[in-house]
Amino acid sequence: MEFLNNRSKSVQFFVLLVVFFTLYLTVAPSETNMLWRLPSLLSSFPGAINGFAEYLMYDFFLIEIYDPDLEEFEDSALIRELTRGFSRAVLFCIEFVREILLGGVKTIVAFTSWDFVGENKWAVWPALPWTVVAGGAILLGYALKGIGLALLAGLATAYIAIFGQWVPAMETLSFVLIAAPVSCLLGLFLGAIAYKSRTAENILMPLLNVAQTMPHFSYLIPVMVFFGVGDHAGAIATIIFATPPMIRLTLLGLKRVSPEVVEAGAMSGCSNSQMMLKVLIPTARRDILIGTNQVIMQCLAMAVIASFIGAKGLGFNLLLALNQLRIGQALELGICIVLIAVVLDKLSLAWANKQTDYFANLNFSQRHKYAILFLVLLGTSIILTFSGKILFGGEINYFYLIPHNQGITTEPFWQAGVDWMVENWYRGLQIFNNWLIIDVLMPMKAAYLGMPVIATFVLVMGVGYIIGGIRSALVVGGFLLFIAFTEWWDRALITAYMTSFAVIVSALIGITVGSLCAQSKLASKAILIVCDTLQTFPSFIYLIPVIMLFGVTDTSVLIAVVVYATIPATRYTVEGLRSVPSTLQDAGSMSGVNRVQRWMKIEMPLAFPHIMLAINQTAVFALFMVIIGAMIGTDDLGQYILKALSDKNGIGNGLMLGLCVAFIGLAVDHLIRTWADQQKVALGLA
Amino acid sequence: MSSQAITASSTKPVIKCSSVYKVFGENAKKVLAQSNGHVDAKTFKEAGCVVGVNNASFEVYEGEIFVIMGLSGSGKSTIANLIPSLTDTTSGDIFIDGQDLLAMTSKQLIELRRNKMGMVFQNFGLLPHKTVLENIAFPLQVKGKGTDESVKRALEMVELVGLDGRENYFPRQLSGGQQQRVGIARSLAVEPDIWFLDEPFSALDPLIRKEMQDEFLRLQGVLNKTILFVTHDFNEALRLADRIAIMKDGVIEQLDTPANIVLRPATEYVRKFTEEVPREKVLKIEDVMDPEVNASQLGPLQVLKDVIIQTVAEAVLTEQKHVAVVNETGDIVGSIHASKIIHMLFGKENVADEKA
Repeated sequence: MEFLNNRSKSVQFFVLLVVFFTLYLTVAPSETNMLWRLPSLLSSFPGAINGFAEYLMYDFFLIEIYDPDLEEFEDSALIRELTRGFSRAVLFCIEFVREILLGGVKTIVAFTSWDFVGENKWAVWPALPWTVVAGGAILLGYALKGIGLALLAGLATAYIAIFGQWVPAMETLSFVLIAAPVSCLLGLFLGAIAYKSRTAENILMPLLNVAQTMPHFSYLIPVMVFFGVGDHAGAIATIIFATPPMIRLTLLGLKRVSPEVVEAGAMSGCSNSQMMLKVLIPTARRDILIGTNQVIMQCLAMAVIASFIGAKGLGFNLLLALNQLRIGQALELGICIVLIAVVLDKLSLAWANKQTDYFANLNFSQRHKYAILFLVLLGTSIILTFSGKILFGGEINYFYLIPHNQGITTEPFWQAGVDWMVENWYRGLQIFNNWLIIDVLMPMKAAYLGMPVIATFVLVMGVGYIIGGIRSALVVGGFLLFIAFTEWWDRALITAYMTSFAVIVSALIGITVGSLCAQSKLASKAILIVCDTLQTFPSFIYLIPVIMLFGVTDTSVLIAVVVYATIPATRYTVEGLRSVPSTLQDAGSMSGVNRVQRWMKIEMPLAFPHIMLAINQTAVFALFMVIIGAMIGTDDLGQYILKALSDKNGIGNGLMLGLCVAFIGLAVDHLIRTWADQQKVALGLA
Repeated sequence: MSSQAITASSTKPVIKCSSVYKVFGENAKKVLAQSNGHVDAKTFKEAGCVVGVNNASFEVYEGEIFVIMGLSGSGKSTIANLIPSLTDTTSGDIFIDGQDLLAMTSKQLIELRRNKMGMVFQNFGLLPHKTVLENIAFPLQVKGKGTDESVKRALEMVELVGLDGRENYFPRQLSGGQQQRVGIARSLAVEPDIWFLDEPFSALDPLIRKEMQDEFLRLQGVLNKTILFVTHDFNEALRLADRIAIMKDGVIEQLDTPANIVLRPATEYVRKFTEEVPREKVLKIEDVMDPEVNASQLGPLQVLKDVIIQTVAEAVLTEQKHVAVVNETGDIVGSIHASKIIHMLFGKENVADEKA
């Protein structure tokens, strides 16, 4: 040990590799050998978790509840009643928004508990004609930002209506309009608390780490158990998933507010609440808005995933289309989701950046310009709707609601495209596919699966030791040990193999593309915009085109993962390289470096910590996507989580599997972060 | 204005600090209590504490410009933060208008800041999401003033600092000097009695800095506030101050008028600062004049006692005889000879010793 400590890191690393390969080759596969696979000591955990959940839901703290159907008091568990009440409240909100958009009388009935609705034919509440919503979106866009945003909002809503996705889109919207604001406010609130209190921060941080690396699917199971199935469950799962990044970014933003601004606030005589609401949060707006953007993205990404537990809307239809391999329709639905995401994101951004003019001396009609315009719009639309009724006769009224799948569709076109590609490119694609699977993926998978557990531990803990000393080794060792003691070690290895394959390819592509683009200011700007746009796409969307090309295979999953995970790699590389101080660039130029030397000797070393973060993000993104890839058939942890989802007693398995995935992510995150931090200190950047 | 004049005219200080200590660190209070008043940076550092302010006592009088001067880490800004209680004082007493600051509740403190104090910051501390007008109106709105009223007052302030036409600009759209004008306007919006300026011009270019100093003196001429001004620039301190406290390692090395500091530096540390000072630009005639008057030696020339030497130097130096020094009412209060000025400017030894 003494000897090793004094050697340079590369020698240490070489020794580690030698030990690793020796173990790899000498430990033979055997059921009983502990060095090959650890016993699954934790196999009783899932059952225990199931039992505990059941106890909470049915037997814990019984209270008497009046049952209106049976007209008598019954025993019921407190938690069960609480979650039920909460579910009802959330569902009520979603229904309320939904009925404004699409019509219906459920919420009115809930308020009045009046029975006339069933008896009277006239008791219907009509939907808002789509022209009102579209016009409203245009007005809102114009009021908040100007003609550009109005145009975007108009085109997006028109697209959704014309392509006959209005009803599912409004269903999705109603659920996002509840989940997103709740997540934002909750995140803001918890972030502010963490800023105020160190204890709260210390408690929240590890929770956030786990929450952000747990795969989406794992959230669904406990939500399903506690809150049942339906739109509310989807919304709750979404809120749980979308809040952590908001908390994190709020905290980050608040911490970055310069002390002078805080002092200026204090000197202006701000009370605590004024300080938070008028000084801190607005000043930290940039980071908080990134948080909002993340929330909206997560909400729409979850729109698809939440359809597993009964959320209606675009996501559900998309899932259906994917399962039926109706690529064209999936694409149209995907675009709808993206459009909603982009419009909501831009609207929220514009709203936050809105400023007031104190000097405009406005009269009544000017001050209420938009309200008046909206009323005019409402009137016109209603007239239009009635005239449409006459115009289109007894058929579909295109000015009111274009029913689902009754709009224009480009599906035949896409289907023809897919058919054409299959016909013409089939051989080429097939050859590539076969080569990738047989010559690359299968051997790689076999190599991972043939790894004795002791070798894995030595490798990972060794890397931890080299990077961050004994502490890091123990941290990653602990994460690994948990997984090794479950019965899914082999599945975890498969997940690791897919993720590491994707990370390597993504990082190579991302760093190359990023480095090339960073050479020119214009190209950097362009690529950052592309990355921004691609990041707004819910992760699911990436599956559509690859299935189109490669069908349902591992190749599809991996390509989707690679595409998705390349975005952060590219983005951080560009940002890292562009952030190299210009004085150093000048110093390099004066020393007479050429382009390659500049990149190798100046830019790369300085941007290294940034690029490590890129790899870190890439790994996290890849891990997520690998798990989502279970949808199109893999045999890793994700598949088991998916199975747990359809199992009545899946909560235990689902949570344990989710933790396995989270721990893989956290181990990678820990190693890379420690390394990047050390490099930062070494470069004097920290 | 000399310090004696001020003490005479208003005996009640606006700010009074006595034996103020500020120690940073986890268990600062404990360590300070154990030290029994013997504060030493080294032993404190071993205990994990950093001494910010070490036994500072001073008083600031109404209408006075009190400058705290020191290099970075001397504790000058810490003092400026202790008085409005932006930072908690570790030990000692601070009185504002006779009220015990350290005994105030946070509510009282907020009221104090809302009504009595204004502060200008080195890096401006403007709220980036608010326009010039909104920034200036901010302290008023925080107080609960209506929009119309605060906008009206803010517009007056905009005019006062000469930013007319830029009300709707955002801080990022302004130059450093303009941003600091916004900072100044904001700090004055509530008509504070005490005006804190924490290195207000340090982040500005030299030319702008000079311009802002003039602006500052102009404003003070109009407003006549009680001012606590922090700077690391000795010349700035000399130019603006009625009295200067020079700090080093948390200790006030010397507290005196600019002339006395230049002519009679109390410590070696202070003397080093005074060496490079262009005395003719700092000292006034009264600082070097001879209080005894021999009427027979006097020439026809008369100079006012409180003009800067440089402004009358040519006239005095070309006069063969002694020059009469007069006060505002025209009474002769002393005399000065060209040789005295030459000696003061170019003489090797300290003029003050000779005078004393």
